[in-house]
Amino acid sequence: MVGFCITLLVIFMAIFAPVLAPYHPVDDADLMVAEEAPSRAFWFGTDSQGRDILSRIIFGARISLLVGLVSQLLNSVIGIVLGLTAGFLGKWWDDLVMGLTNIMMSIPSLVFALAIMALLGPGLINVLLALGFTNWSYTCRITRSQVLSTRELNYVKAAEALGYGKIRIMFTQVLPNIIGPILVIATLGAAGAILIEAALSFLGLGTQPPTPSWGGMLATAREQLFSAPWISIFPGLAIFITVLGLNLSGDGLRDFLDPRTSRRQ
Amino acid sequence: MEKSNMDDHGNLLDVQGLKTYFHTFDGIARAVDDVSFDLNKGETLGIVGESGSGKSVTALSIMRLIPEPLGKIVHGRVLLNGNDLLKIPMNDMRDIMGNRISMIFQEPMTSLNPLFTVGDQISEMVIRHMNLSKKESWNRSVEMLEKVQIPSPEKRAHDYPHQLSGGMRQRVMIAMALSCNPEILIADEPTTALDVTIQAQVIDLMMQLKDDFDASILMITHDLAVIAEIAQRVIVMYAGRIVEQGDVYTIFENPMHPYTRALLKSIPKLGNRSTSGREPLHVIKGVVPSLYHLPAGCSFYPRCSEAMDICRTDPIKMVALDPTHRVRCAHYATH
Repeated sequence: MVGFCITLLVIFMAIFAPVLAPYHPVDDADLMVAEEAPSRAFWFGTDSQGRDILSRIIFGARISLLVGLVSQLLNSVIGIVLGLTAGFLGKWWDDLVMGLTNIMMSIPSLVFALAIMALLGPGLINVLLALGFTNWSYTCRITRSQVLSTRELNYVKAAEALGYGKIRIMFTQVLPNIIGPILVIATLGAAGAILIEAALSFLGLGTQPPTPSWGGMLATAREQLFSAPWISIFPGLAIFITVLGLNLSGDGLRDFLDPRTSRRQ
Repeated sequence: MEKSNMDDHGNLLDVQGLKTYFHTFDGIARAVDDVSFDLNKGETLGIVGESGSGKSVTALSIMRLIPEPLGKIVHGRVLLNGNDLLKIPMNDMRDIMGNRISMIFQEPMTSLNPLFTVGDQISEMVIRHMNLSKKESWNRSVEMLEKVQIPSPEKRAHDYPHQLSGGMRQRVMIAMALSCNPEILIADEPTTALDVTIQAQVIDLMMQLKDDFDASILMITHDLAVIAEIAQRVIVMYAGRIVEQGDVYTIFENPMHPYTRALLKSIPKLGNRSTSGREPLHVIKGVVPSLYHLPAGCSFYPRCSEAMDICRTDPIKMVALDPTHRVRCAHYATH
């Protein structure tokens, strides 16, 4: 429950950013109030260029959520299609997909994303692509294992006996029954993607300034870590709370979807 | 009369020399070994046998549902109106499955998809095979639910499988299997998981629907009482082979194979204890031989009370005692 509340809050923040933010995140830069400590005027303080940190965090939620959701959507689609076909069709295709999955899993996703970013160049779209193609292996593996156990169930066999084609069975019989674990993995993956985006932005390969992103804010705050700690603490907290919210949502979702722990009928 | 029927309609399904083997690490399991039989239009044919006798594998072979590459149909033909189902492409086979030959399974509790309403599941089937619109197919599923005597079918069509009892679910399975007017219904132990009273209801229902839909039924069961009730002809299987086949009266009144006799003797009789005292039930000693190490001669030889020396060494051929009654036993080989 807590997880869903946090996640919804962040989504709400991202959607209504222009209404909620007290200042413009980029244009309202005033060097006269640079590196101000948190006060009534600037709740979270200001950064080295005098921009309101609260406003930048609120706008930064848009980038983080966009990256988290879109890249994970891409991952889920790739993972589901590969995992479903590998588990269901088997034979050489299964070997090929599983080989690919193992290779993907053996490369740290940050390193892989870095390599793609180096190839494509920095930028938000490229971050989405890089993250969207690096983290599908977990979804793929979970999907495949779920397919392997589900396809042995009687109603899948019955569907075969009733003359349903492979694609029809995959999408109408198997997929709806395994969507639970895939959703759980997706929430965790989205959280992971937000972290990696922050890391990429921190390294200067992600979202480019002056667009506010939580990772980018952390990166620029490095030099004032001791003189003005609020510049780095608040974006860090934002990342921490969002990722925590998504992870808790994943846990909650799993409990909800598992009939043994769910209280619904 | 039985005979003239056969001549009028011919064989709807003709299984010839079917051999289905499973290749495993332990060797080759001959799950179905040279099985031949036919099924006429409007007929109910019963296949009986113990667990592991190859009944279900025979059914799955007809439907081409043997899990490859583990299992393989190595020999034989399955003719539906003269077309060999084992030779046609899988895509054409899928048009036949559910449409012309339908199948219901043993476990009604798990044979329905838990995530969709039963109405949706029957509709899906109708859409797949009959190309009806969404609305027409929904009407069809309500109509089918009514045919299988589910009360207030319009309402029940919106129910999920977990809201139905086992007997109701099996009715839904039957509704689904019959929704496209199949010519043949293969029922693989359809009543095993049900209460005895529900069993009787389901069997009655199947018999009534068989007449309504003019279908033939291949009934697979180990319940001899069910067979006696509904089948016109019976096949007795043991360790992958047919050991005796004939019409239902012959098999029950005049069984020739020692295994069939022993099977019939093993049925406990109601009221027996009060008339002849407390006696142990009759059992067939020993177990079904492993399919990996079948005896060279008769596969029933190790458990047979009438075994002769020849049974151990020589493969036993099927002997026709009369045009409909055939038995695989050395005792009748000289006749």
